[in-house]
Amino acid sequence: MDQTPINLLEIRDLKKTFSISGGLLSRPLVLTALADINFTIRKGETLGIVGESGCGKSTLGRCILQLLAPDEGQVLWLGQDLTKLPAEEMRKHRADLQIIFQDPLASLNPRMTVGEIIADPLRTLRPELNKDERRARVLKTMEAVGLLPEMINRYPHEFSGGQAQRIGIARALITEPKLIVCDEPVSALDVSIQAQILNLLSELKDEFGLTLIFISHNLSVVRHVSDRILVLYLGRIVELATGDEIYEEPRHPYTRALLTAVPIPDPKLARQRNIDGLKGEIPSPINPPSGCTFRTRCRFAKPRCAEVRPPLETIENGRLVACIRWREIGVPEDAVLGV
Amino acid sequence: MKQVLSVQNMSVTFALHNSEVHAVREMNFDLAEGETLAVVGESGSGKSQAFLAIMGLLARNGRTGGRAMMGDVNLIGMATDQLDRYRGKDIAMIFQDPMTSLNPSLKIKTQLSEVLVKHRGFDKAKATNTAIEMLERVGIPEPAKRANAYPHQLSGGMRQRVMIAMALLCQPKILIADEPTTALDVTVQAQMLDLFKTLTDDFGTSLVLITHDLGVVAGVADRMMVMYGGRAVEKGGVDDLFYDPRHPYTLGLLHSTPHIAKRAARLDPIQGLPPSLEHLPKGCSFNPRCAFAFDRCLIERPPLTDAGSGREKACFYEGPMAYGKVA
Repeated sequence: MDQTPINLLEIRDLKKTFSISGGLLSRPLVLTALADINFTIRKGETLGIVGESGCGKSTLGRCILQLLAPDEGQVLWLGQDLTKLPAEEMRKHRADLQIIFQDPLASLNPRMTVGEIIADPLRTLRPELNKDERRARVLKTMEAVGLLPEMINRYPHEFSGGQAQRIGIARALITEPKLIVCDEPVSALDVSIQAQILNLLSELKDEFGLTLIFISHNLSVVRHVSDRILVLYLGRIVELATGDEIYEEPRHPYTRALLTAVPIPDPKLARQRNIDGLKGEIPSPINPPSGCTFRTRCRFAKPRCAEVRPPLETIENGRLVACIRWREIGVPEDAVLGV
Repeated sequence: MKQVLSVQNMSVTFALHNSEVHAVREMNFDLAEGETLAVVGESGSGKSQAFLAIMGLLARNGRTGGRAMMGDVNLIGMATDQLDRYRGKDIAMIFQDPMTSLNPSLKIKTQLSEVLVKHRGFDKAKATNTAIEMLERVGIPEPAKRANAYPHQLSGGMRQRVMIAMALLCQPKILIADEPTTALDVTVQAQMLDLFKTLTDDFGTSLVLITHDLGVVAGVADRMMVMYGGRAVEKGGVDDLFYDPRHPYTLGLLHSTPHIAKRAARLDPIQGLPPSLEHLPKGCSFNPRCAFAFDRCLIERPPLTDAGSGREKACFYEGPMAYGKVA
């Protein structure tokens, strides 16, 4: 019987900063990419992470996989803190934790064949396998992602974007991971191919019992694949809830604004829509606004929003929201579509 | 309605080492004053090359045939110096990535005022003032200050606004926007689409919106033209094509697009890959991916024909197309 705990991964008080050279004689500037990040991922779920560019969503994915070292906080994988592990110890967990990147062609070595690319993780992570066993696994994985066996000796440039992304998925899948971080996996693909890859990911998830972290700026795509959705703004969680809750009853003003900005492929709805025009752009993470970092663009902001940083509150059904006014502002009936 | 652009039997070919590739074939369309035409298709469908050809911006090995009439003027085959009298003035184009279209070593105001000095004979001071006014009109805060900035000092959304401002300085009759919001965040995208609506409604500008995003099309376009393998396969009003698509490819695109308000268990995508222009399938280019293809589609190419109420389609199949069958 599978005795893996329900909570595969727990992130506690994660913080990540980058220092940026401020010029020759000035002090370096500190950019806070992530702060106060707390959440858990349950076995078998797909957690979507959304937000505008620069909100820290990719940094979060990389901190979870220890591709970037967080400054503070814990990343508990099955109860064990990955941030404290020496590199050698961490390698043992790499087979469990894999990643798929946005640009499929750029993430494949052009001088390796498809077979070599897909087998590569096995050489480091499953050194006990011999050549024949590796090849058998490669072929099995290629079949699972819809690549033909005769493609094994071809090079990446011979493939289209969608096919290349299948190779990237096969490479992630071959170590039989428990969790895969998908960082904008379909953003570079054509619409028809994007839909094929999304369907493939959901089939693989069911077949192999995977847990997915799905990072994307495209809210329609995230809505389609995710069980729960985490909304980031300037490196902080503003809301975390199930997909249905987020889309039907968004509590945070930022989530609401994001949703009404999503284009809808339905001309009549699109014309009737009343877009909650979010003014301006995301402020600089080097010098974020005081209090609630969203207040400079929020139409519900009050003077006290500048004074206190809103805590991430647990509300009904365990959903999280960081807004001191969420109770007062309520949810309009037309929250999602603005119709 | 007054037509501002009429494209007739246009083709684009590129010479390769030993062969040539037909990127666009037999393209025909009219663009009316103040209307927004969406040109939809996937990579390699010819949607961008067609409009680069109209602007005289093809790569050196490219050749254009047919006509693109702006009033009495045919833009195709025109000498560069003559074309420059119209480009930027009557017809302007903006691109997906503003950073590659702006000169990184010149201040914003220098790049903008150049257009006015060249096309409208303004002196430098007047040109700068007009440029700043236009920056304000496209929603750039503190325009006088931003005008002194270099492109790298602005965010992606601001740069795209600068591009739009530049394109609008001479109040062109036609604006061609090639994937103008693809590189932007949804919130900024919504602001841009709103700006496009203001342009067409208030200034009477005609807009050609080249995109692969049907969500964007639904929000701003009046008519659309769907392209596949270098040809238009369906044309018509936006509502007609969204609610009653007649070409299996249009239907397939619609079912491939996730809808934020409707969560389907699975998307119903088009199978297979877009064709290579060098090796287009015989007959209808879409036949290997089409769930409704029959014998005739493998041999004969369906011409674009009138389908009533201002619609056209290039497909032999006349029966019903049920949801879920396209896969």
